[in-house]
Amino acid sequence: MHVVVCIKSVPETTQVAFNPDTGTMIREGLGTIINPFDMYAIEEALRIVERHGGRATVMTMGPPQAAQELREAMAMGCERGVLLSARAFAGADTWATAYTLSAAIRALGGADLVLCGKQAMDGDTGQVGPGIASQLGMAPLTYVWRIREIEPASGRIVVERLLEEGTEIVSAPLPAVVTVLKGINTPRYPTRRGLRRARRTELEVWGPQDLPGIDPECLGLSGSPTQVVRVFSPEVRAGGVRLFEGGTLETAADALAEQLIADRLV
Amino acid sequence: MSSGILIIDKDLCIGCAACVAACPFGALAMEQGVATVDERCTACSACLEVCPVEALSLPTRQADLQPPEARGVWVWVEQAGGVAHGISWEMMGQGRRLADGLQVPLTACVLGERVRDLAMEAIAFGAERVLLVEHPELARFRTETYAAALEQLIEQERPEILLLGASSRGRDLAGSVATSLHTGLTADCTGLEIDPANGRLLQTRPAYGGNIMATISTPVHRPQMATVRHRVFAVPQPDYGRRGEIVPREVTLPPASLLSTVLSFVPASDEVNLAEARIIVSGGAGLGGPDGFAPLRELADLLGGAIGASRAAVDSGWIPYAHQVGQTGRTVRPELYIACGISGAIQHRAGMSTSRTIVAINTDPHAPIFGLATYGIVGDCQQVVPALTRALRARL
Ligand SMILES: Cc1cc2nc3c(=O)[nH]c(=O)nc-3n(C[C@H](O)[C@H](O)[C@H](O)COP(=O)(O)OP(=O)(O)OC[C@H]3O[C@@H](n4cnc5c(N)ncnc54)[C@H](O)[C@@H]3O)c2cc1C
Ligand SMILES: Nc1ncnc2c1ncn2[C@@H]1O[C@H](COP(=O)(O)O)[C@@H](O)[C@H]1O
Repeated sequence: MHVVVCIKSVPETTQVAFNPDTGTMIREGLGTIINPFDMYAIEEALRIVERHGGRATVMTMGPPQAAQELREAMAMGCERGVLLSARAFAGADTWATAYTLSAAIRALGGADLVLCGKQAMDGDTGQVGPGIASQLGMAPLTYVWRIREIEPASGRIVVERLLEEGTEIVSAPLPAVVTVLKGINTPRYPTRRGLRRARRTELEVWGPQDLPGIDPECLGLSGSPTQVVRVFSPEVRAGGVRLFEGGTLETAADALAEQLIADRLV
Repeated sequence: MSSGILIIDKDLCIGCAACVAACPFGALAMEQGVATVDERCTACSACLEVCPVEALSLPTRQADLQPPEARGVWVWVEQAGGVAHGISWEMMGQGRRLADGLQVPLTACVLGERVRDLAMEAIAFGAERVLLVEHPELARFRTETYAAALEQLIEQERPEILLLGASSRGRDLAGSVATSLHTGLTADCTGLEIDPANGRLLQTRPAYGGNIMATISTPVHRPQMATVRHRVFAVPQPDYGRRGEIVPREVTLPPASLLSTVLSFVPASDEVNLAEARIIVSGGAGLGGPDGFAPLRELADLLGGAIGASRAAVDSGWIPYAHQVGQTGRTVRPELYIACGISGAIQHRAGMSTSRTIVAINTDPHAPIFGLATYGIVGDCQQVVPALTRALRARL
């Protein structure tokens, strides 16, 4: 099995604050992390390779600094790391991202399984996974929280997908694209040996010239059908909280119940 | 050195630093009196507007291109077992507004097996035309078959706008169709307007966990595609006397689209269906253990609500992941969100901050959740929640 994991380097948003005066995000000195959902994708790839043999390749498109996230994934156990980094790739929307990643997967000789996170924490779109599936003509299996079985011989995969109304069990042919949820596993920590190996292994940095047959018009900002017109701060919720206090908790709960009924909420 | 995508004309730059203050991503800085940009630049164009000397620009994109001929607003009606997803009619209301603004027809796309009743319903909710595709292979939603069908309809008629719900199915379908048709797709929109200057669809959506809002357009590619967040827009009043045209359409489903099969479906209990719930009672670390959810269940039962949870409660193993609300869980938007023993960390707020009314119950008066809540009680959940249940039961 050749499993390709696509990961994204995202800002560590735990400390993001908004400056209401300037309408800008305060991100002083904030680092980047592997997109949290992608951690589960890496772990799942490693487990699949441990069970079925083969190798895991981790791939990211991003600025040169994203090498740090690739190395982390390699320290966890991914054998090969590919960094797609070039000015021509910059400013890509989800269409151009899926296009570029798909071209890179082809350049790797294809994959039996492509793993992605459910969505990236910065853009929150969840479009890249289905996009890759569509580009490569693979089955898109999204919101997967359990891989039941993989049958490399018959070339099928059975997964459980968590939808709003319940869990769907689907069987699909390989190769397939799977996007994973948090519940699927508990990601491992890199081992000391893994860290040493990751430091020694050469990262492959690819540009457009490494993607055979690519259309330069389809890359980066100029290849992106969508365009950001404006960014602004969200409306802050009006007013402050109305606390029900004074008296006992019992009377406070009574007053709150009255209020919810008066508001026709219950 | 500049490594971002923004182009800075160093000769024009007067070093006023207006752009540095305007950049929402902190990508701009001043070095030796001129602006520089790093890779955090997202080409959002916020700086272009504030630069007094027009020293900033973005690489030209599709500059002189005209969009291809395209006309009409389409809404995909999401259904399961012949029952429409609530988001479908919410979108029909928006689709109607956009179509009226552009003076074009509103078309509903109803795909499934034996779904003619839904076509009639779509007309009642505002469509004047319904493209009806009935096929046994469309009985159950699969991205590949639905995408193949929808793409064929689009290629035959070339609409200018296509709206889909930002549900699991809608997002998959939209991602697949937009990729194949090579057009732009904006996820999870909470605002849709027509730009009066050029008739383009302006799609507004939250990003970075709701920390910023972005307005996005698709200038040249058609259709302009958007998925729309559930419960943001009101459901229009249906008018069953309305007349409309139902146009049956045939599609061919290529063998490649028929390869995956749904083996079974295990429906979630009402307690877990957070997307459809009008009321969510949610619990966090403050509940102290799995048993702490018992009084919340009682309250949810009384109100017909679902049970949510913070990541802290899920990670402690008190409740399954399907209940998690927040950045790494679900995004919800109920009429009423009752947060019990939840501090209100930013990642939790990302999933619930746009709920209509928020009630916070927490022992700590300084918990950030109170900064967001409409109503609050400072107190122990184990006492307050049962008291609230009693008080409501006595009155309802
Ligand atoms: C990458 C990333 C993604 C994340 N994604 C999510 C996500 O999707 N969803 C999410 O929820 N979190 C998420 N988190 C975690 C988030 O940062 C918080 O750690 C989490 O939300 C805290 O949960 P909590 O409010 O239940 O717990 P705490 O922060 O521990 O708060 C417990 C609260 O209960 C109150 N309390 C204690 N006892 C009682 C009592 N008896 N009665 C009433 N109140 C009481 C306390 O005063 C406190 O305010 C994420 C974090 C990271 C880094
Ligand atoms: N630039 C990127 N490089 C590699 N993988 C990516 C990139 N952007 C998105 N992905 C993958 O696609 C998933 C969904 O991202 P998104 O569609 O942006 O929400 C992520 O969890 C990643 O697995």
